[in-house]
Amino acid sequence: MLNGSVSPALPGAALRGATLADEAALPRETAESKLSVQGLSAWFGDQRVLHDIDLEIRPRQVTAIIGPSGCGKSTLIRCLNRMHELVPGARREGQVLLDGEDIHARSVDPVLLRRRVGMVFQKPNPFPTMSIRDNVLAGLRLTHRLRRQDQDAVVEGALRQAALWDEVSDRLGEPGIGLSGGQQQRLCIARALAVEPEVLLMDEPCSALDPIATARIEDLVHSLRDAYTIVIVTHNMQQAARVSQRTVFLLMGELVEEGETSRLFTSPGDRRTEDYITGKFG
Amino acid sequence: MMHGHESRRRALLERGFHALCLGAVLLPLGLLALLVGDVLVDAAPRLSWDFLTSYPSRRAAQAGILPGLVGSLYLIGLTAAIALPLGVGAALYLEEYGKRGWLARLIEVNIANLAGVPSIIYGLLGLELFVRALGMGRSLLAGACTMALLILPIVIMASREALRTVPNTVREGAYALGATHWQVVRQVVLPLAFPGILTGAILSVSRAIGEAAPLIVVGALTYIAFLPRGIDSPFTALPIQIFNWVSRPQEAFMVNAAAGIVVLLATLLLLNGLAIYLRNRLQRRRYW
Amino acid sequence: MAQARQRAGTLREQIIERALLGSGVISVVTTAAILAVLAVETVAFFREVPLSRFLADTQWTPLFADKHFGIWPLLFGTLLTSAIAIAVALPFGLLAAIYLSELAPDRVRRLLKPLLEVLAGVPTIVYGYFALVVVTPLLQRVVPGLAGFNALSPGIVMGVMIIPMISSLSEDALHAVPMTVKEGAYALGAGRLETLFRVTIPSAFSGITASVVLAISRAIGETMIVAIAAGQQPRFTLDPRVPIETMTAYIVQISLGDTPRGTIEYRTIFVVGAALFLMTFAMNLFSQRMARRFRKGDG
Repeated sequence: MLNGSVSPALPGAALRGATLADEAALPRETAESKLSVQGLSAWFGDQRVLHDIDLEIRPRQVTAIIGPSGCGKSTLIRCLNRMHELVPGARREGQVLLDGEDIHARSVDPVLLRRRVGMVFQKPNPFPTMSIRDNVLAGLRLTHRLRRQDQDAVVEGALRQAALWDEVSDRLGEPGIGLSGGQQQRLCIARALAVEPEVLLMDEPCSALDPIATARIEDLVHSLRDAYTIVIVTHNMQQAARVSQRTVFLLMGELVEEGETSRLFTSPGDRRTEDYITGKFG
Repeated sequence: MMHGHESRRRALLERGFHALCLGAVLLPLGLLALLVGDVLVDAAPRLSWDFLTSYPSRRAAQAGILPGLVGSLYLIGLTAAIALPLGVGAALYLEEYGKRGWLARLIEVNIANLAGVPSIIYGLLGLELFVRALGMGRSLLAGACTMALLILPIVIMASREALRTVPNTVREGAYALGATHWQVVRQVVLPLAFPGILTGAILSVSRAIGEAAPLIVVGALTYIAFLPRGIDSPFTALPIQIFNWVSRPQEAFMVNAAAGIVVLLATLLLLNGLAIYLRNRLQRRRYW
Repeated sequence: MAQARQRAGTLREQIIERALLGSGVISVVTTAAILAVLAVETVAFFREVPLSRFLADTQWTPLFADKHFGIWPLLFGTLLTSAIAIAVALPFGLLAAIYLSELAPDRVRRLLKPLLEVLAGVPTIVYGYFALVVVTPLLQRVVPGLAGFNALSPGIVMGVMIIPMISSLSEDALHAVPMTVKEGAYALGAGRLETLFRVTIPSAFSGITASVVLAISRAIGETMIVAIAAGQQPRFTLDPRVPIETMTAYIVQISLGDTPRGTIEYRTIFVVGAALFLMTFAMNLFSQRMARRFRKGDG
């Protein structure tokens, strides 16, 4: 059921003001916002990939970022944990605030930031030379010296959270790359969770997996969402609809629309969102 | 909580490590510069046209490097004449003809292993095979055959690389016009691969110039007062002459050795420079 | 008419192909010849000198009146100089590889990498001169009891020479570690050094090992540097300060002399050569196996 008076494309706040009128009661910048993106633009060399993004990520919710390929979804979340700057020639303007603090401030150590904002990648990337157990502990070993029994507790905890414990508890010493694709991805999730981040960024985590593995990961995201703030990039709209509470639609580096998932999918405010959701392009 | 002592310490460690690694690159290079500088300084008193045109002598001040230089030039000329056709031929077989066969695999494995065999072993082979069994004696020919076998793997590998740069579409175009296998190879592939093959040839030859060990075993003379009279004549080479001078206890001969090294390095530089120049010039004729 | 030409053409093609095949087969023949030459003389040697003496005696004096044929002094000489060479080349080579692969800006890398390759291109006789004339006197000021001929000086110079072997191949290995693996480490909050030592280097381990083993093989087979600067005194010792003789230098020593063919002394150079060949061959095989393992991605 689409909104009859869809306005022509208007960028930025004006549009959002119109489409989120019923939610205007929600304050914009409060402690309610875990991550606050303000005027974010990003470049690879001379090519501009993100245009002036303003976005609030709410804590302990799942926010999905959707859009056609190449629209900048991955770049956006990679700016949230300062992975974007690792690419030679990459540039960024604008601000990202984590709990109100500018993550790009000179005094901020990106390494420490990334321990609070974790990431899971599109293609599962367990460390090839490490066992399952060592993979899970890899992040922790960088900062802590844990006793053996504490290590075991962490490994079990993280693997249970990632819904992988039952499958690998008897073979923790085996190489991480010996698992199936879906298991590897859950291992990577366990590895990310072991560090106890506050935010978990997921960059198309299921796109390299089969439907059964995908379903398990989606269940996993569902079970995690009360404890973590999750931002998930996906090109699969149904997945976004299933998994998230809020959805952001990105098109060619611009934030077109953002809002509560069920509303965005049933009555999108912007014509472009509607076209994308109904499959006119993408 | 995104700041702290740990960050500062880490930044310091990273910078220190970066400097350490850079040092690891620069120190050997510095040593190389020291080496070249030292040789030049040591050689200075003896570097003259007279040095290049005299024969060795018991008196260091009069000893020259002419037979060594001429011997080396003859030697690499002959070596190239033997190694290049064989090497390019083998490369052609591996790249254009025999690609999948077991024989090609066997040849490839052999080449890979031969590339790692110490050069002195080639000397032993040359001694038994060329000098004794085939009766060449301690001649220029025996030396050239030995050196040819030594550099053959390099020639083959470099030529294969050059052949691989020729795109398959060019070959297919020629076949489509009705050319035979050899016609395609000779008239299309080889001309295109030629710059790379030539560069590889020059580089392998320049490797041969600096080799002494196999020549010593094969019987290059260390004291020779004449120029080679033919391919069956005894011979010497630059590095052999240098080795002879370095082995003498008298200080004066050290100067000669240094001067000989300068001549050797100059020759090498010339060869490598030629290779680079030719490669650039021939490369420019390509249009893709 | 056209048919005859076609048949002649096909015949010509076949001849050419055979000729090219022949060129390729030369390499197989070369290997066979090396094995044959070494085997024939080695067998003849062991008919006169039992293998037990070869392996048990700790003296090597084939040219003296009282002849001993124990391989150990020469073996130790070779191993000692090679060990010193690797002790120098490994840290420098590895750190240089890390620098070129992970730390250097692209322009710097394009300048420094070929410069390092120059080290491998300098003729070994030049390095030998350097070891004897510059390095030994320099070291004599620092190391008490360092003789004019010793293992330390050529060992160090050999080490410098083989640095590019380790640095180039290790750099390739490090470079081949996929970015996604490294990103996985960064995303967990690892700094550059932690990622390097805990993830990148272990992932490149077999490639790095392949390069090191290859470098050791090269050091073992090196002749001129040790022939000039290490001495001609086979000695059953691991003291780097005294004159010794390596396997390769021994072959040079005999070749320079007038040893007649068919004598036991003549045969010794082939026996030593055979031992040398076996050692380097085994190492090259191992290095190739490591390189294959690396390419398969087992870290």
